[in-house]
Amino acid sequence: MTNAVIKKRAGVSIAAYIALIPMALTVLLAYLGTMLWTARVSVSSSRTFPNSDFVGASQYIRLFNNERWLLSLQNVAVYGVLFIAACLIIGFLLAVFIDQKVMAEGALRTIFLYPYAMSFVATGLIWQWILNPELGIQEVLRKLGFTEARFDWIVDQDMAIYTIVIATVWQASGLVMALMLSGLRGIDEELWKAARIDGIPRWRVYVSIVLPMLGPSVSTAFVLLFVMVVKVFDSVVAMTQGGPGTASEVPAKFIMDYLFGRANIGLASAASIVLLATVLAIVAPLYYVRTRRADKGM
Amino acid sequence: MGYVVKQENAVIAVAEASSAAANDSGVAAANALSSAAGRRRKLAWTPARAGVYAFLIVAALFFLLPLYVMLVTSVKPMEEIRLGTLFALPVNLTLEPWVQAWQSACTGLECDGIRGGFWNSVAIVVPSTILSIAIGAVNGYALSFWRPRGAGVLFAILMMGAFIPVQVMVYPLVRVLAAVDLFSSLPGIVLIHTIFGMPVMTLLFRNYYAALPMELFKAARIDGGGFWRIFLQLMLPMSTPVIVVAVIMQVTGIWNDFLLGLVFAGSEHLPMTVQLNNIINTTTGERLYNVNMAATILTSVVPLALYFISGRWFVRGIASGAVKG
Repeated sequence: MTNAVIKKRAGVSIAAYIALIPMALTVLLAYLGTMLWTARVSVSSSRTFPNSDFVGASQYIRLFNNERWLLSLQNVAVYGVLFIAACLIIGFLLAVFIDQKVMAEGALRTIFLYPYAMSFVATGLIWQWILNPELGIQEVLRKLGFTEARFDWIVDQDMAIYTIVIATVWQASGLVMALMLSGLRGIDEELWKAARIDGIPRWRVYVSIVLPMLGPSVSTAFVLLFVMVVKVFDSVVAMTQGGPGTASEVPAKFIMDYLFGRANIGLASAASIVLLATVLAIVAPLYYVRTRRADKGM
Repeated sequence: MGYVVKQENAVIAVAEASSAAANDSGVAAANALSSAAGRRRKLAWTPARAGVYAFLIVAALFFLLPLYVMLVTSVKPMEEIRLGTLFALPVNLTLEPWVQAWQSACTGLECDGIRGGFWNSVAIVVPSTILSIAIGAVNGYALSFWRPRGAGVLFAILMMGAFIPVQVMVYPLVRVLAAVDLFSSLPGIVLIHTIFGMPVMTLLFRNYYAALPMELFKAARIDGGGFWRIFLQLMLPMSTPVIVVAVIMQVTGIWNDFLLGLVFAGSEHLPMTVQLNNIINTTTGERLYNVNMAATILTSVVPLALYFISGRWFVRGIASGAVKG
């Protein structure tokens, strides 16, 4: 076998190297290069144009003294926890209920997943309209006789971030359902027979046996949702523009504003490095654990 | 076999998600069997069963509600909308908002509707999809069968790239594109979509080709096939399923993109999502909610149509495509 590999290596044609040039350039320039460049700018005093001086961690210190940044971190933390929890719970429940050999399964799956085909912008705009305090759900409730009904979260400083949770959970929980459902379908029918013979209630089997078995699906879903949380931008811009005031500001939007609106690329670069470090801190350990598990499995 | 496919477990979630997606049809087939078996055993109409349906119906209504509101709002005259009856069916049905949304809604100063954005999006999506798939396929092919020195490392870094927040890369890319005169141009935005699509496309094709028997490739080599000849005459004709998935993923993803179009496309080529947001969020004076909703539907038509037509194919791509966010 080793022999075959060596022979094959020797036989790699020059064309194979040429064919991979676009990928090599992308990796070196677009991915590694930009990351290094941003890291470099984050320790310079750059404002509108990049400077090549070195100011140490002072951009980072300014960043963590910036109230808007702290608010956007707090928002994305609240948003992330609620969004991921809600998507996982709703997605899991939908998958389990669909898995009960129900009628019209195909139609239901289609309904739960279609929002995922829509853009975050469209999603944000639809929910902006539904939650409109003058003509949206609040007005409908009042017309129904609940004259004191209040559902004006989208213009409420303390609640605006939750409206973004609602809209994006609507958009993304179908994805979790699809992932979980394919996990559920991989579970052996024998498990159910055994559980029935032992007289274990179905819900108990789901919670104690099936859920742990779905570990890989759950962690895939978690990583995908987590990446969405870090990138959350379009839906905020479309729904609230970060408002009212700066109440629903998020890091991705903060960075874009400081890069292109406020021309402070030093600060924005420091912020994006913080964002990158957060992603790596969460995703890398998950990987490591799963790589090891996969290696043992083989 | 005598041949071990080396697994670069660089990005487990991605790899696993897409292999789960690849198994989807097999799982579905198995499932069809098991559910047929289940149907033979008559399911009694118990309270638990009613609960299952009640939950699913309520959930389905919640998921359909925004689509319904969007549709009815878009065919109501403004007088009806001002009544505050969000869920009511239209009394005087009108298609005027759709016409306005398409050709005369205002984005700031210009009042040309959203049609310009539609054609801009088409002009961006078509070349970006073709280019990103072509490069992804070549990458996947070279990585699976030829495995040149250093390619594995490149691939591992590329996979990490799928997780880098766009914000880290945006500004340097603007500078690079500006330096070569491609910033704010159609080729520029196409290039950007190709770069950002590369991790997922490469992974998709690599996994597909890695599952093909190596003997096939070896036989072609013995017959004297070179790199490109084997790719074009042997591999490509066998790649239809993965190409379909890739097209669905790329068209949906690029059509729905907002941030990259906003930054890189330039005012002449703004994609439909950006124009939609401009129409709705920069209006002065009375907000025409019916026109806004018609424009939102028009912007979502392409990916939704693709979703409803492609069905299972869409689901296959979804897990691996989701990485792009």
